[in-house]
Amino acid sequence: MTKKEPFFWITISCGFVIMAFILLPLIEMITAPSLSMLRETIRDKDVLRSIWLSIYTAGLAALISFVFGTPLAYLLARTDFAGKRLVESIIDLPIVIPHPVVGIAILSIAGRNYWLGQIFSELGIRIMGSVTGIVIVLTFVGMPFYINAVKEGFEGISPRLEKVSRSLGASMFSTFCRITFPLAWRSMLVGIIMCSARAISEFGAVVIVAYHPMIAPVMIYERFEAYGLKYSQPVAVWLVSICLVLFLILRVLTSPRKKET
Amino acid sequence: MIKIENISKNLGEFFLKNVTLDIGTGEYFMILGPTGAGKTILLEAIAGIYNPDSGKILMDGRDITNIPPRRRNISMVYQDYMLFPHLTVEKNIAFGLKLKKIPIEEIKEKIEDISRMLNIRHLFHRFPGTLSGGEKQRVAIARAVVTEPNALLLDEPLSALDTKTREDLRHELKKIHSVTGITIIHVTHSFEEVFSLGDSVAVMSEGMIVQVGRPDDVFRRPNCEFVANFVGVENLFKGNSTINNGISDIDIDGAVVVSAICKSGDCTVSIRPEDILISRNKIESSARNSFNGKIVAVIDKGATIKIVVDCGIPISAIITRRSLDDMGLREGMSAYLTFKASDVHLM
Repeated sequence: MTKKEPFFWITISCGFVIMAFILLPLIEMITAPSLSMLRETIRDKDVLRSIWLSIYTAGLAALISFVFGTPLAYLLARTDFAGKRLVESIIDLPIVIPHPVVGIAILSIAGRNYWLGQIFSELGIRIMGSVTGIVIVLTFVGMPFYINAVKEGFEGISPRLEKVSRSLGASMFSTFCRITFPLAWRSMLVGIIMCSARAISEFGAVVIVAYHPMIAPVMIYERFEAYGLKYSQPVAVWLVSICLVLFLILRVLTSPRKKET
Repeated sequence: MIKIENISKNLGEFFLKNVTLDIGTGEYFMILGPTGAGKTILLEAIAGIYNPDSGKILMDGRDITNIPPRRRNISMVYQDYMLFPHLTVEKNIAFGLKLKKIPIEEIKEKIEDISRMLNIRHLFHRFPGTLSGGEKQRVAIARAVVTEPNALLLDEPLSALDTKTREDLRHELKKIHSVTGITIIHVTHSFEEVFSLGDSVAVMSEGMIVQVGRPDDVFRRPNCEFVANFVGVENLFKGNSTINNGISDIDIDGAVVVSAICKSGDCTVSIRPEDILISRNKIESSARNSFNGKIVAVIDKGATIKIVVDCGIPISAIITRRSLDDMGLREGMSAYLTFKASDVHLM
């Protein structure tokens, strides 16, 4: 056997360091709470309510991204226009803005001093401290992940497939439903998972817009502040495990059947 | 059938400039040009994918310039097949018929017929990803033809295939054209395809049509340097072949060339110039073709020299500069051309 050069050992050891860096805190957090502690936590109505709130607001954010983001992603994948780069950068903005700034920005248009805020308050829609507010914030931070994933998916489908379909008698809408969608839905699913995963993890922006009703990350923070590490860990474990299981189920349900290969 | 009047389209990298063409009903019309000449946009404009910036497209006298593709009933086949990867072969072929709301029984019948003609019946339940290039292109052609379109547009349909498959599909296309009588517009960069398939050819360069005519006219009388260089295929002749003792005798304007490929009737003959031996005296050999003629041109091609000898038909041979010097060949001299029957290609 040839002797490996030092560089090989450097790459391997860096790999181990990074694995440990990611896994140690997570494993420690997951294994810290005792089983009885975990059992007790999940029986707590407040905990259940906040985890459920986290999941369904994130799901709503993904749904909104799906409805409004899909056509835009298609437009960006299929056409070139002046200012396309600008539009793409704007879509990426929520990724780079610090999270509390997102919260402040959303509050500033929801206030009574702003026309949109006035319209909302006349319609009886409350943003500050409401589920609506949470969904808006989560959509804001999650949408870019959805659009980028789906845009990439559309770009991977040859426009010529659509041209052939149209020449065979399909309208643009029918072509989208019969050809583009069946070929792109897997990337839409990836987009939905990315978007909702990002949304579930949001804390900084939500805490500014809506401390109550309490989503899981806010509750974890609150318990940490009030009672310390020991009381916040079990909630965190439950949030992480439930999300993992949900995403896993989504993946399995939609995994490709063997026939197409 | 299809009249293209002065259309222009600018897509940046690719463009069309004042293209005018008249394609007759049932015609096999070739569009020949190098990469980037605008051939594909022209096809896509005919199909209705792009609206031209100016000009008109007429079909059977009706202005279809601004009609969407689905109302034109013009099918397209691309070089890279473009089969719908999530549908079986059967569903791919039935795609257009289903959109036209044709009864299911009739659809079955139609796809059965076309599949038998193209010999793809056994592939019905396969997905496109599992097919060979030739099979994919047959399916793509079936899918396009089965809707009985007003015109069939082929965008370099044979370019991605190996030689043998290309030859087979060329025959299929010929068969489809003669059986269905469909108008075909076929884009290619191969002059051999033009010669073996086309009734007419338009040569395109930089978004413009530079010459239109019958293939042998365009070949023999190119109207500009671009066409002359581009169609510069040497030793391509139309002839009539009869099979004799397992070899073909092909009569080309009185000169008889022998080929090892057996095929009778009207055909196209091609002989590669580098396969031809040139000598000042007749040489005895096993080669079946020997011609005497006068050297009409000695053309310097840089590394090699092209010599054109008039043997009743003009035949070109390529030799090295060294051979030219050694043999002292000059215009007006008599020379012998010798080549094997197996080097004579028949289409």
